[in-house]
Amino acid sequence: MINITNLHKSYQMGKNSLHVLKGIDFKVGEGELVAIMGSSGSGKSTLLNIIGMLDVANEGTYTLDNVPIENLDETKAAKYRNKFLGFIFQSFNLINYKTALENVALPLYYQGKKRDVRQEKSLEYLEKVGLKKWATHLPSELSGGQKQRVAIARALVSQPKVLLADEPTGALDSTTSNEVMKLIQEINNEGKTILVVTHEEEIALMCKRVVRLKDGVIVEDTLVNQKKAI
Amino acid sequence: MFNKDSWIEIFDTIRKNKLRTFLSGFTVALGIFIFVILFGFGNGLSNTFQKFFNDDNTNSMFIFSGRTTEPFKGYETGRRIEFDNADLKAITDNFEEYLESISPRIYDYANIKYKHKSNNYPIRAVSPSHQYNEMTIMMQGRFLHEDDITHKKRHAVIGRLVALDLFENENPIGKYIDGGGHTWKVIGVFQDDGGDREERTVYIPYTSLQKIKKNTDKIDEIILSYKPEIGYAGAVKFEQKLKRFLKARKDISPRDRGGIYIRNVADNLKENQQFASVLQWIISFIGIGTLIAGIIGISNIMVFVVKERTKELGIRKAIGASPRSIIAMILQEAIFITTFSGYFGLIIGIATLSLIGDTLEAEYYITNPYIELSTAITATIILIVFGALAGYLPARRAARIKPIIALRDE
Repeated sequence: MINITNLHKSYQMGKNSLHVLKGIDFKVGEGELVAIMGSSGSGKSTLLNIIGMLDVANEGTYTLDNVPIENLDETKAAKYRNKFLGFIFQSFNLINYKTALENVALPLYYQGKKRDVRQEKSLEYLEKVGLKKWATHLPSELSGGQKQRVAIARALVSQPKVLLADEPTGALDSTTSNEVMKLIQEINNEGKTILVVTHEEEIALMCKRVVRLKDGVIVEDTLVNQKKAI
Repeated sequence: MFNKDSWIEIFDTIRKNKLRTFLSGFTVALGIFIFVILFGFGNGLSNTFQKFFNDDNTNSMFIFSGRTTEPFKGYETGRRIEFDNADLKAITDNFEEYLESISPRIYDYANIKYKHKSNNYPIRAVSPSHQYNEMTIMMQGRFLHEDDITHKKRHAVIGRLVALDLFENENPIGKYIDGGGHTWKVIGVFQDDGGDREERTVYIPYTSLQKIKKNTDKIDEIILSYKPEIGYAGAVKFEQKLKRFLKARKDISPRDRGGIYIRNVADNLKENQQFASVLQWIISFIGIGTLIAGIIGISNIMVFVVKERTKELGIRKAIGASPRSIIAMILQEAIFITTFSGYFGLIIGIATLSLIGDTLEAEYYITNPYIELSTAITATIILIVFGALAGYLPARRAARIKPIIALRDE
């Protein structure tokens, strides 16, 4: 599904250049649930951003579902993101003046789907994350866990190839963290490929494979016994 | 860009961000409103001006007399100069090549009665050509004729308001009024652009008045009009010649600044035109100033709006909005709000102007304030274009920002 070879990324900080990713080789097959771990500054978020086409690499190749991701301009990146990827953010990133249902429907709007199709599909995915009753509520009326579940429904609604989660439980307490992880595991069990960036050991162990980054290189890549979230 | 779905999305955004919508809409509406009002007031001032100056014909001269300020030919300083019928004839005889018409004017005041109603009115004893000089417009009957002058008839032409005061709904033509102990037949009713005072005047033949006043031949004022083809330069020359002629005739020192005064409407005309063009400049300046203030206002708000929405735009981009659709969304929203509220401000402004109408005429010299619709619409369009432009620049920047940066911005 994801095939990355010899990926380099550096940031220009004034006169100095900060080399963040120093040659990453990384493959993810279909249906995997991969945790990307590392301390802050290890380059894990940068890697996820490049995979998510929110950022571009300086060097190296990246193919997603056999499509080479190269020469991205903003319009093309937007199209690919919409088609291939679903995002889950630490801070949920819901649009605060739109209801849960409208937030979920937004990717479909940018796909050019008709209004009734958008409504129907969004409701379906809200039901999947257990929030059908909350469809007409604004994000400010939802709890943190509920917001993240809305965000997950939004990430899923466009039926992406890969789900990218950047610290999805970072802003949640342990109980709600478990709930969210349980949902992610369920989605994965249905065959969706998911990448989770986290710095929490416990969350990483709920995935099927753990990749550890340190100073811009992969130092460990192991399959783990998945711990079920309760 | 113009599909129904994107409009639904925009209306949704507008509806759910009322404060933002209100602020930008209010700025535009207020800008256009103030523009319309100020421009209208400017035009109203201009109107008042036109009206003042339209009272008299532009090729008229008013000659009146006063006291001398220098001794001359044995006469002492401070002698009072008076015109008489002979002067009138002398001017007519000597300045034929310049003269179009000439009329004396004698001022008087009389209590005029009709049936049980009476009132005091200013009287002007004149000759028929006075109608042309004062631009008196007949509503009913006729003005004085040469015949009235030669036969010293007791005929009177009364102003519109005199007729209204004394006759109310009755037809005044052919009726007899009592004035100064004599009976006068009303032969005409006139109106005049010079205002209420002009329309409360009564005109009678100057010979008739002179006869009543013990056969005097004195005249208060001479009003003449020169041939328009002599032009402004010719008029100035004529005025100089006439002054010299009258001074010689009345034994006034050629260097004396008093004695005889001539008011040449053409002089006023020139001053008036200068003043009017200055006024036009001021109006344009106010208009442009207001527009610029409006443009700055809406630009500020648009920059602020885009800044405030940076995160939302980042989210939209992360889930698949193209830069184009982001720019289109912001522009459509901006254009919609500015068009709608600009139109609103326009309507309110024009309505206010027509409501004000002539109520400010007496105290503030603003007559019938108005704005050409084309000017108002052009101003609105300018504001819309600049509002859109002011939205476009930050929108383009926002659309270019990588979503990752926009999302980090918390």
